[in-house]
Amino acid sequence: MSDGALSGLRVLDMGHHIAGPFCAKLLACLGAEVIKVERPGGGDGVRRIGPFPGDIPHPEKGGLFLYLNTNKKGVTLNLKTKTGVKILQELAKDADILLENFEPRVMSGLGLGYDSLEKVNPRLIMTSISNFGQTGPYRDYKAANLTEMAMGGLMYVTGQADRDPLRTGGSQAEYHGGLNAFVGTLTALYYRDFTGVGQHVDISIMESLVSILEYKTVMYSYQGAIAGRWYSRHPFSWPHGDIYPCKDGYVAIPPQVMWNDFGNWLGRPELGDLKFLSLRSRLEHAGEFDGLLISGLKELTREEVFHRGQEVRFGTGYVANAHDLVRDRHLMERDFFVELDHPEAGKLTYPGLPFKLSETPGQVQRAPLLGEHNVEIYCDRLGYTREDLVRLRETGII
Amino acid sequence: MMSGQALDGLRVIDLSYSYAGPYLTKLLADMGAEVIKIEACQRPELTRPLILAENDPKDEYWNRAGYFNKGHRNKCAITLDLNNDRAKDIFKDLVKIADVVVEAYSPRVMFNFGLDYPVLKELKPDIIMLSLSGYGQTGPYRDYASFGTVMESMSGITELTGYPDGPPMKSGISYCDPIVGIIGAGLVLAALHYRRKTGKGQHIDLSMHEAGISLIGEVLMDFTMNRRVSSRTGNRHPSMAPHGCYRCRGEDVWITIAISSDQEWEKFCEAIGNPSWTKEERFTTTLGRWQNQEELNRLIEAWTSQHDHYEAMHILQGVGVIAGPVLTNKELLFDPHLKERGFFEVVDHPSVGKRPYAGMAFKLSKTPGRIRTPAPLLGEHNQRILKEYLGLSKEEISKLEEENVIGSAPIIEYPIELVMQLIVSPLDLLEKLGAVVRVDPDYLEQLGLK
Repeated sequence: MSDGALSGLRVLDMGHHIAGPFCAKLLACLGAEVIKVERPGGGDGVRRIGPFPGDIPHPEKGGLFLYLNTNKKGVTLNLKTKTGVKILQELAKDADILLENFEPRVMSGLGLGYDSLEKVNPRLIMTSISNFGQTGPYRDYKAANLTEMAMGGLMYVTGQADRDPLRTGGSQAEYHGGLNAFVGTLTALYYRDFTGVGQHVDISIMESLVSILEYKTVMYSYQGAIAGRWYSRHPFSWPHGDIYPCKDGYVAIPPQVMWNDFGNWLGRPELGDLKFLSLRSRLEHAGEFDGLLISGLKELTREEVFHRGQEVRFGTGYVANAHDLVRDRHLMERDFFVELDHPEAGKLTYPGLPFKLSETPGQVQRAPLLGEHNVEIYCDRLGYTREDLVRLRETGII
Repeated sequence: MMSGQALDGLRVIDLSYSYAGPYLTKLLADMGAEVIKIEACQRPELTRPLILAENDPKDEYWNRAGYFNKGHRNKCAITLDLNNDRAKDIFKDLVKIADVVVEAYSPRVMFNFGLDYPVLKELKPDIIMLSLSGYGQTGPYRDYASFGTVMESMSGITELTGYPDGPPMKSGISYCDPIVGIIGAGLVLAALHYRRKTGKGQHIDLSMHEAGISLIGEVLMDFTMNRRVSSRTGNRHPSMAPHGCYRCRGEDVWITIAISSDQEWEKFCEAIGNPSWTKEERFTTTLGRWQNQEELNRLIEAWTSQHDHYEAMHILQGVGVIAGPVLTNKELLFDPHLKERGFFEVVDHPSVGKRPYAGMAFKLSKTPGRIRTPAPLLGEHNQRILKEYLGLSKEEISKLEEENVIGSAPIIEYPIELVMQLIVSPLDLLEKLGAVVRVDPDYLEQLGLK
């Protein structure tokens, strides 16, 4: 891992679940040395969450844990003890970045707030991800992915107008917190590279989501329009990635400058009618437009709509599931998926790095076992003896 | 560090357009980078006609678009028609004084311009170039056209979105665009760190497809572990119940609630006044609640429907139960928490006046970032960049203007009247269809802008 863009950087990953660990994973993929700090016993709570091979829960085999913690080293540390806190401060002393996503006030409650850590290490960049940020009236409110999607504004505009608002699939809110933490942390690093000064980065998952609402808030501040959720359609360009059924599944149809070209290609030249030319008149005849589109698409398979449409650069796509992705020949050719061997979970295929850097390509290595690097970090780096380690273990600190 | 921004002194040339690339450079510009956006009068940024102030094109529609103006604050803009050879030379001179070039064309475009990475590297050996595309710079789909909305389907997210009994559904925005933009901004900063250590630049190949997939890692892992193909579950959770979206008092007003333990359930029951059904045997355990969640949801809605969504949140959060209102675009602009954190920033723009915009996506304690300048007018910084940075003479600049290599108004092949007609949003129709809930005629007063 000597060839990473961030190699030489030391990151303390005190994150748990998705947001913090995802950010740390991205830093680790770029070559930073990431030490994941877990509590002794159970470790990161995400170890309890599936998927598990054969649906048999096992703390070392959770698919989400294994995915989010690639390229990291793992230590255990009980922060509810004074000794644990002191060891953490020792670790923070020569760390470049400390990442955490506890509820606000937890770190300062432990004596590990930015104010204290800054004294230990003024170069330290501390990144805190929380649901609503480190300040403000909702600061201490609790949240889950679903409620964040609701409060971030994406949910109200997703779904069908006459039904309940829908969350976007997966755990998107938490991943977004991690994404913004990634950029915020590296922004602070750029500043530190020039000035030597660290700082505290405050990431609010709610704000991370409001930031990506595309045009929704300006729809109100520029036009007074409250955006609805008419099947999640774009209000100023339609269709725009809308989902239509085809012969063997669903496809996504992008906007076209001229629908007559698309209509001719689809065998529905009527789509070139002038009444479908402008958005206004297309919307006026939305039912008829959809009818023609669907009747044409129903004669084609997903692969046909995708590849044949792309041959003439229509930008078409299809609704892919996990199986489609794993066997996709393009992803295969780009070596996107990687096979990793793990002492407990065995050989498995993982999604790899979502980028390619020409000078510093990086590589993917498996997630750590709970406490796997205790000896390396505590003895070799901090200078504790093996006997100390036994004592720390017996007293429940590691 | 004169203005005290984290990315002061960083210069980025931005050839990207639409949402993904501009979102990437917006993150850098907000933190102090100097972003020089390059448009052509023949091909202005695609979002310049989208969401016009007061839905009125007036004289210069291209400077009145909310979509453009929210995504380009803190940036400079010049026009430069790269099909022209002189323009290419000017671009090359700009590269020589830049740190980063961001582009989001199909992979063959920069090559065809004669401006691909090997060429730029020749001009400026430590340049960092980021190429953002739908499917990346290599592989069989590299030349396929892409849109952030379509990529949501291609990356597996749409398959997971929708009502359990219905077809897959896209989310309400071009979802994969900002994902890839955020990852890209981080990669640029990582490459800059590497450059500072080694003096080496590099080429970053970023695929929207792969960026989207990286946000559903657990779903891929479930497939490779168990050959299980996950699909839509609406707002349900694999283990939590209640976990859903409940109707509140008023029209189309909703709250989400997520309960993960028996303790939280007991607190919830107490908060809603311990109605007798909460004592029913089938609801006393987490498994029972999960198995009977449809009936449970109906009963909970009887309580939520008597409350406003904010009110319900405060009641439930008051006892430690996870609950959050489903907020509209308007409600976000007025939300007390975002207000106290100063999230929306009001910026004055020469064509559209004062408007609030979503502010910083993250807060840095010592270099907080802010909206320093409104979005640029088309070609606004031609003089500054060409004259002051590159030393072009007045005569040269006039000649470029005459030849339409640069300019400050679009050159379009359709009659302007037709364009003006097409870019006015059909809000009345959208309201009828449900894409727009309502249009407040007094929104400027409500926002305190008038």
